Amino acid sequence: MASLKELKDRIGSVKSTQKITKAKQMVAAAKLRRAQAAAEAARPYAERLSGVMASLASKVSGDSAPLLLRGTGSDKRHLLVVVNTDKGLCGGLNANIVKAAKAKARELIADGKDVTFYLVGKKGRAPIKRDYADKIEKHFDTSDVRQPGFEEADAIAEDLLERFEKGEFDVAHLVYPIFQSALAQDPTVDQLIPVPSPEGEGTGGHAVVEYEPGEEEILEDLLPRYVKTQLFGALLEREASEQGASMTAMDNATRNAGDLINKLTIQYNRSRQAAITTELVEIIAGAEAL
Amino acid sequence: MALHFELVTPAKLVRSEDVHMVVVPGAEGEFGVLEGHAPFMSTIRDGAVQVYKTEGAAPETIEVRGGFAEVGENGLTVLAEHVEG
Repeated sequence: MASLKELKDRIGSVKSTQKITKAKQMVAAAKLRRAQAAAEAARPYAERLSGVMASLASKVSGDSAPLLLRGTGSDKRHLLVVVNTDKGLCGGLNANIVKAAKAKARELIADGKDVTFYLVGKKGRAPIKRDYADKIEKHFDTSDVRQPGFEEADAIAEDLLERFEKGEFDVAHLVYPIFQSALAQDPTVDQLIPVPSPEGEGTGGHAVVEYEPGEEEILEDLLPRYVKTQLFGALLEREASEQGASMTAMDNATRNAGDLINKLTIQYNRSRQAAITTELVEIIAGAEAL
Repeated sequence: MALHFELVTPAKLVRSEDVHMVVVPGAEGEFGVLEGHAPFMSTIRDGAVQVYKTEGAAPETIEVRGGFAEVGENGLTVLAEHVEG
């Protein structure tokens, strides 16, 4: 049986933990709203861009298509771009992203492909390093900026495209969480390079569109932008997912701490009463002995 | 009837309005777009997009960097990576 003092200290420490988790939850809730708004604001650009891509890609095909669209012709070396968060305290989010990435890696390795990792965000490093220490190509650090924006997406895309042009990999996949709700963030694997030809509705596919300078030149200009937009979208989704997951996790933690405090308080009161009773019994026994 | 003009960046939808004419700095020279322009697509160079709200009015200039312009049935859409001002 723990002493009264010990119990009291324990209650105090759980209380201060609860304060922290509660504060973090409220911060996450406020940030989530902002992150969601940012993700929504970015949608029109991505939609327009893929619409234009669809209409262009259907016109340019075969050997004249740029390298980014048609690929290097082989699919031996795969690069997994894994987008993790920089901060913890967000429940199982990072574990789920890493799990999805590892599953994809295993699948590719089983098919006899080479897999390398390109990690964005701090929290994916340790768990992936544990299994694939020699396969990690690069860490991209986003922890020193407060809110990752287009500049970061730009920098990542430039780096990836450079590596692609040097022929360091054939296919790149993007692993990132898609924000469904504060309760659900699904890790997703999308092909990033070569750019998968968008399907379906080409905007104004029936009209004769004039191109300046030409279809291919525009497409060549457009494809890197498309990759950039994908990465930017992934960063925004990550931001929203992180805050959502964090909010839920911290809500749970706050509630658990509350339960624990209740339990400990009951235990504390019981021991206190027991101590009082023992004291009384001792006094009475002493008085009777006289 | 007027030209529907949209200016979009990755971060947000900057403009969405009906205007008289827009002059876009295309990669191969500036071009003006009026209502009913034929479908057209062009990359743009860094420069100023001039928006004429009404005929003969003084243009409003918006500096854009990197992107392209598309003219379709539903007007002119300029996708730019950066917009200043």
